Amino acid sequence: MVIFGIDLVLLISALMISATPVLLAAVGEAVVEKSGVLNLGVEGMMITGAVIGFIFAVNTQIPIYGFICAAIAGALLSVLFAVLTQYIMSNQVATGLGLTMVGLGLSALIGKPYEGIKSPTLSKIEIPILSDIPILGPMIFSHDAIVYFSVILVATVAYVINRTHVGLVLRAVGENQEAAHALGYKVVRIRFLAIMFGGAAAGIGGAYISLARVPQWTEGMTAGAGWIALAIVVFASWKPWRVLLGAYLFGGITVLQLNLQAIGVAIPVEILSMSPYLVTIVVLVGISLFGHHTAPGSLARPFHASQ
Amino acid sequence: MAEVLLQMDGISKSFPGVKANDKVSFHINSGEIHALLGENGAGKSTLVKMVYGLMQPDSGSMKLSSENFRPSEPSKARQSGIAMVFQHFSLFDALNVAENIALGMENPPRLEDLSEKIETVSKSYGLPLGPKRLVGQLSAGERQRVEIIRCLLQNPKLLIMDEPTSVLTPNEVKTLFETLLRLKGEGKSILYISHKLEEIREICDYATILRNGKKVGSCIPKDTSAKQIGEMMVGKSFSSPSRKSQEFGEELLQVSNLSIRTKDFFGTSLSNINFSVRVGEILGIGGVAGNGQDELLSALSGEEKTSPSTIKVFNQPIGKLAPDERRAIGMRAAPEERLGHAAAPAMTLIENTLITSHSEDVINQWGIINFDSVKEKTRDIVSEFDVRTPTLDNAATSLSGGNLQKFVIGREILQRPRVFVVNQPTWGVDAAAAAFIRQSILNLASNESAVVVISQDLDELFEICDTFAVLTNGRMSKSHDISSLSPEDVGLLMGGSDLDLKNRDKA
Repeated sequence: MVIFGIDLVLLISALMISATPVLLAAVGEAVVEKSGVLNLGVEGMMITGAVIGFIFAVNTQIPIYGFICAAIAGALLSVLFAVLTQYIMSNQVATGLGLTMVGLGLSALIGKPYEGIKSPTLSKIEIPILSDIPILGPMIFSHDAIVYFSVILVATVAYVINRTHVGLVLRAVGENQEAAHALGYKVVRIRFLAIMFGGAAAGIGGAYISLARVPQWTEGMTAGAGWIALAIVVFASWKPWRVLLGAYLFGGITVLQLNLQAIGVAIPVEILSMSPYLVTIVVLVGISLFGHHTAPGSLARPFHASQ
Repeated sequence: MAEVLLQMDGISKSFPGVKANDKVSFHINSGEIHALLGENGAGKSTLVKMVYGLMQPDSGSMKLSSENFRPSEPSKARQSGIAMVFQHFSLFDALNVAENIALGMENPPRLEDLSEKIETVSKSYGLPLGPKRLVGQLSAGERQRVEIIRCLLQNPKLLIMDEPTSVLTPNEVKTLFETLLRLKGEGKSILYISHKLEEIREICDYATILRNGKKVGSCIPKDTSAKQIGEMMVGKSFSSPSRKSQEFGEELLQVSNLSIRTKDFFGTSLSNINFSVRVGEILGIGGVAGNGQDELLSALSGEEKTSPSTIKVFNQPIGKLAPDERRAIGMRAAPEERLGHAAAPAMTLIENTLITSHSEDVINQWGIINFDSVKEKTRDIVSEFDVRTPTLDNAATSLSGGNLQKFVIGREILQRPRVFVVNQPTWGVDAAAAAFIRQSILNLASNESAVVVISQDLDELFEICDTFAVLTNGRMSKSHDISSLSPEDVGLLMGGSDLDLKNRDKA
């Protein structure tokens, strides 16, 4: 399966790895936004997850502990956002941007002693039988636990949002906060939990960069993955499976353009480097032009339970 | 003898600066339709929110079937057999009917089972409703059905209805009343909140009247005249608007073949609308909200542009003109949404005056604002339209709905527009302010202007308009002389049929 000097099996396998951080962060943010909250601090929560996950994985030499601590760190950072926006009623956009700044600064500070160290990496889990399928096996069923986890997470989120009462309540709160309150739902509490879920998912996504994709820590290593995750949520019309499509598209073009650079095609490097961002957004905008996809009705609107 | 279902004793509730309820006591019997009457701000909503568990009283007690009752949240109230149909704020446009209903239930069944139940119950009560339909695409009457069925599925003892008829067509009101009477026959009690006296006299067994948070009286509505009840509500008598009959002059506003595709997913496109309004004429456009009213207003105000000759003022094509340019030639509009559309909520009254008047005496050629002149204009609006505000520097959002509406209408009318378009001039405004606004619209028309009033309140249209047309599903009926129309004709028009077949229209 070699096309134009690029091995398709390796390409798809690499794109799943490359897309996983963005996918995790984006599906978490999709839940947050479905509940009517806009948290622009994804980048900050990812990088915090990246550094905390790295530190714990290096010190324990058990990568999965790193991921667990990254999730906790992301969630804790998001609690800061939740308290500020849900109780003190601070502006969501400004608070989210602030959260990104805090995350970038904090991670640089605490990660300083860990620069240049290599982290333990996750082992691959070959899924019995499925991984023996030619081509498809090594492509899709031969990855580490977090890649599988991210896909399962998307499936779970999609199921919960569309098929369960919890999901219905979440959508209701995001759609019309006054109505949800009038019916007796705890708007602030539900949003608080959604924000924490988004924080944990972003934390794991960040840790995947420092523990699996790069396996080392460098300052600012998330390099805008949090922002592309935010864009993907919007252009995916807040639908979990489209978030997966967007993330994989982004990951795919990223890997592809690296391959193209490697084999030396006659396209300027600058254009190749920006292509993942460009193509992902163009394709998702194209999809979102069809049908009805509006944002959750109460997105980013402050809610205060008064008379 | 009927037994007491709900007993309220000395209920008080205060908010910072306001006493919303002051020692209110009354009771509701089983199988009774009990009216709770009062102006806006009289404390009706606060009172029922306490029954429904959305708020707790500061003092006083409630008893449900002789047991102490103090729900801490709506789900507790629902478990005790209380259900509520809200006026606003309780449906989710982007969700379908079954999902909306599930959200208002304790322990909802699976959506598939619920859908079946919805179909059964809705059919048995004569309120057909498809469970898979998106609520944002339903008419106001259908939306209310969603709420009623949501309540009925809980099998409540007491059904609270907050202003249920404010958005319904006459036929829908009839259906609703049949449903209510049937529920009453089943022994359920209904607490009916309204300020429409005729309705209450038609359907309610007993009425409690609130004013400024206090109970000011009670009566058996069938035995009391609307005038008496009205005076109890308002605490004083006020004059109804009067109009001088007059001849109409030339056509000032002409709309021909106006079609607009709406940009709002839940909006209604306009198709092929034709009408004209003459000097001195007030054209009333009736119809239920969501039938193209907002789209029509934005086409007339200039927010939505059309091909030039579809809208003509003084025989000039103005379809392409922006709102400002239209104001410059004497055409003004006041949209329905006071806060956020007609006025900027956080800005002061002075700044809000500026929004629709940047003529040369206010802003000079260098773009400098003459605040003295704006202040002068604001002061005129506030004094002539009796806007109650502490200062001119108060933010628009700090005014009550009625006061802000008087301000918005005053701001436009004092500019003496030759063509004036207004959507829902008295929506959510108390009776005295509504009478004032209607009178000023009448005065404007008799001052050589042409006026279009879009409203869902048929009584209002019949009170002030000369001609009448209906907007249904983006199409407009021909306009008819309002004095020639019977209630049946209006019902036919609202249903989308045209009266032309009868060939009795002379207007």
